[in-house]
Amino acid sequence: MITVGIDCGNQNTKAIMVIDGKIMNKASVVTEFDGKIAAEKVYTMVLANTSVKRDDVHAIVTTGAGRDMVDFSNASINEVSSAARGSRFINADANLVIDLGAEGCRAMRLNRDGRVKNYEVNDKCASGAGTFIETMARALQIKTEDMGDYSLRHKKDLAMNAQCVVFSESEVISLIHQQETVEDIAHGIHVGICNRISSLIRRVGIVDGIMLIGGPGYNKGLVQSLQDVLGKDIAVAEDSEFVSAVGAAVYAVNLV
Amino acid sequence: MTMSNVEKVEYWRWGESNWKNPNISDCSGSLITAGVDIGSTSTQAVILADGELYAYSSIRTGSNSPNSAIDAMKWAMDGTGLSLEDLRYTVGTGYGRVNVPFADKSVTEISCHARGANMIYGPSLRTILDMGGQDCKAIHCNEVGRVTSFMMNDKCAAGTGRGMEVIANLLSVHVEDIGKMSFMIDEEPPPVSSVCVIFAKTEATNLMRAGWSKEKVLAAYCHAMALRVARLLERNGMEEDFAITGGIAKNIGVVRRIERILGVRALETEMDQQIAGALGAATIANEKITNWWRRKK
Repeated sequence: MITVGIDCGNQNTKAIMVIDGKIMNKASVVTEFDGKIAAEKVYTMVLANTSVKRDDVHAIVTTGAGRDMVDFSNASINEVSSAARGSRFINADANLVIDLGAEGCRAMRLNRDGRVKNYEVNDKCASGAGTFIETMARALQIKTEDMGDYSLRHKKDLAMNAQCVVFSESEVISLIHQQETVEDIAHGIHVGICNRISSLIRRVGIVDGIMLIGGPGYNKGLVQSLQDVLGKDIAVAEDSEFVSAVGAAVYAVNLV
Repeated sequence: MTMSNVEKVEYWRWGESNWKNPNISDCSGSLITAGVDIGSTSTQAVILADGELYAYSSIRTGSNSPNSAIDAMKWAMDGTGLSLEDLRYTVGTGYGRVNVPFADKSVTEISCHARGANMIYGPSLRTILDMGGQDCKAIHCNEVGRVTSFMMNDKCAAGTGRGMEVIANLLSVHVEDIGKMSFMIDEEPPPVSSVCVIFAKTEATNLMRAGWSKEKVLAAYCHAMALRVARLLERNGMEEDFAITGGIAKNIGVVRRIERILGVRALETEMDQQIAGALGAATIANEKITNWWRRKK
């Protein structure tokens, strides 16, 4: 039984191939302007280096912001469903899933059977999404993937006043002029976004068994700050950005 | 300090200005009072001679607020023969109001703004929309420029000058040309769907790639910004006469669209609309001194 899940995100398009209940391959491309082209490209990529041909694939399910733009899939599910399914598949103890994407954040509580009990979404303000961290990394002139390491080496707590990405960028620049270290600023940035995300999470209710998924899950500094803010342990997946694609691929099994 | 000419390469850089009243040639013997408005993005200095507008300047706020205040005042004084010692009373206002080293008092920007707008636009003014560098305010005032109510957004770049600068940089269009370019279109496009400047930036990029002209993208962006601030005004209540102050008052693309949405004409002025705060501060400074003299007599 071979299924593929494609997560058509605002920034990146991810594909996962599941064969007989096991994750066999993954691929990711930058979405750029045309989500349809990105989905086609990533599908080709996830098949490459395997012996699987297009005709061998039993079902394809898409998810994410651009899920309905793709014409070669069998079905689409929304990103809350795919995040929930993917999280439980990877982590049987996940009860509260925080899906932090490039342009939005979704918090969801799961029932024992893995169904979504309730959820909250922010897709209106970029300061509560992954793009905030990337933009601040640019202002600090470091790579996004290095933000975590810098932040874990911080020596003092800097309070960031600005909420908006645009204003925070100015604030970061003035902090640099005031000779604050990159480590302390990076940490302050993470604390800022975690405070914003936490108000979203409180609306669904904080419980044990928290999992953070999405690209920012790779950021160890962010994960630490979120643990500090929520006062709970936070699990992450090794392939954090692919969890929703996994959810879509696992759901696809039902269609066969 | 050297004043740079407007450089086309830095698209966000709006023009700095100074002005001297051509009708006042000699102010020796006059009561000189002043106001300084240090904003997050721009700083203005206004000088009154016997309560009449004598000179002003508007510059970009640098990384050091006290220096910005001094620089703005010195440039306003350029060609007047005045120096800081000639100021009898100065009021500081704005985000950096405590950082005006030569100020005698600081007053909140909302109060100064209402007074200043009342001086510029007259006693019929009741609603002021101030679109500043990093915030956006709807202010209600009475016939003498006292604030009766206000509402502010200072958390989000939508509807602020910074929001406009972001788009100027993205499209490589000089920020001062945005207004007129936004009308070089055949038909008014729908507004960009995002309130958030960051998301609107992504949307603008996609629209360009889909073949939209810069002018059309600017129109969609100005339209979205106008809708956003119109909502703020409606929440605070709209009563005529209405005027717009702050840097974005110079952007006809946003101004005309706000007028269209609200069905109201904004009052116009020859003066630089960014000086409202500093003018209000200077007016308050003048009052303080003249009242003190009156009490002494």
